[in-house]
Amino acid sequence: MSRVRVLVGTRKGAFVLNADGKRDRWDVSGPFFAGWEIYHVKGSPADPARLFASQSSGWFGQVIQRSDDGGATWEPVGNKFEYATEPGTHQWYDGTPHPWEFARVWHLEPAPGDRDTVYAGVEDAGLFKSTDGGQSWAELPGLRTHKSGPGWAPGAGGMCLHTIILDPVRPDRIFAAISAAGAFRSDDAGQTWQPVNRGLHSEGIPDEDAEVGHCVHRLAMHPARPEVLYMQKHWDVMRTDDAGDSWHEVSGNLPTDFGFPIDVHAHEPDTIYVVPITSDSHHFPPEGKLRVYRSRTGGDDWEPLTRGLPQEHCYVNVLRDAMAVDSLDECGVYFGTTGGQVYASADAGDTWAPIVRDLPAVLSVEVQTLS
Amino acid sequence: MIRVVLPAHLRTLAHVDGEVKLQVDAPVTQRSVLDALEARYPMLCGTIRDHDGGRRRAFIRFFACELDLSHEQPDAPLPEAVVTGAEPYLVVGAMAGG
Repeated sequence: MSRVRVLVGTRKGAFVLNADGKRDRWDVSGPFFAGWEIYHVKGSPADPARLFASQSSGWFGQVIQRSDDGGATWEPVGNKFEYATEPGTHQWYDGTPHPWEFARVWHLEPAPGDRDTVYAGVEDAGLFKSTDGGQSWAELPGLRTHKSGPGWAPGAGGMCLHTIILDPVRPDRIFAAISAAGAFRSDDAGQTWQPVNRGLHSEGIPDEDAEVGHCVHRLAMHPARPEVLYMQKHWDVMRTDDAGDSWHEVSGNLPTDFGFPIDVHAHEPDTIYVVPITSDSHHFPPEGKLRVYRSRTGGDDWEPLTRGLPQEHCYVNVLRDAMAVDSLDECGVYFGTTGGQVYASADAGDTWAPIVRDLPAVLSVEVQTLS
Repeated sequence: MIRVVLPAHLRTLAHVDGEVKLQVDAPVTQRSVLDALEARYPMLCGTIRDHDGGRRRAFIRFFACELDLSHEQPDAPLPEAVVTGAEPYLVVGAMAGG
């Protein structure tokens, strides 16, 4: 029987949640790396027993941990993230030039065909790659050194490269997203990059439809249709049907189009999920009601999913990397909150139940579907 | 032997209990002690000082013999009591809180 493993990164450690295919009884293990911030944990598609975790601390810096037994045991691997060329400067919050400085790894993206290849998106924005299971890391500097780089500015959480999507059809195509620079695409395995932000409009920047400078919160793709991407921007839910060459808004009837995560149903490329958040100055759900919104039409028409979710007095947030889906026949959807709850739906979002309620603030949620 | 006391999180990371004891050739300095520490426990590289240049991380302090050595030159000799093992060399995570 199939089973699922949910990998949860929190402000104070990592947790591994296991269940069989019914997804109604959960075994919770952790905290791993207790006391450390775990921005992301993700498994290798090529070898699901191999997991990578980004462990960091204001005191002790960055550590990368690797497990080869599905999270039971871990070992630290390489943590040397050095920009490949002279780092240069980007804009600081006050508009002055600020030196590029490595702060932490936000996102780890293991490659689908090789257990030893994994990408890392870091703050200050850069893309790194390891081909030896995380023991050593080399930057792909073409993104950071894009001609627009000196004009990039950090979002409130830092200038992070938070999204990496590897095109399953075109092995040389990579998408990345940076707050607050925007979305970028490489068609040569990360050597060169182009901004793919046409169609985005962002109030709060001097040129609302600028080539770069947009606060993209998250991108999502269904592997069967890699030309189509969905985006949760700071404000606005967006869609492209041409791999980012042009975007159009699909916020439709959402109660608010501010939010962080966005994800796609495992078997229905037009079924997508977001968690509307009141605003950028109110990082909690509208009316104190935690609602996932689902569109079965690739955007524009949205329905609230509320069964099993708190519908009063709820003032948590759901961060950009804290939603994931499994690929069981009945697609499971999972998300974690800054209040420490991890919710699961075993029926594509129709009903929800908490797996755990009182973890530290959840930074990331990933799911592995295991046979 | 040089005795080194690590903060709890780094003891966990390095899988050690209690003090670390290191054989360090003379002259015993902060740099030579940290070099020996990182050679024995490579997972500590980058957690106490930068990978290159050896700059101390901002929220780390080095104490010994009731002295704050954090701002001393890395190649300055350590106190004789540390060299003889009478006193430990302390790697300290700065306290934070309200």
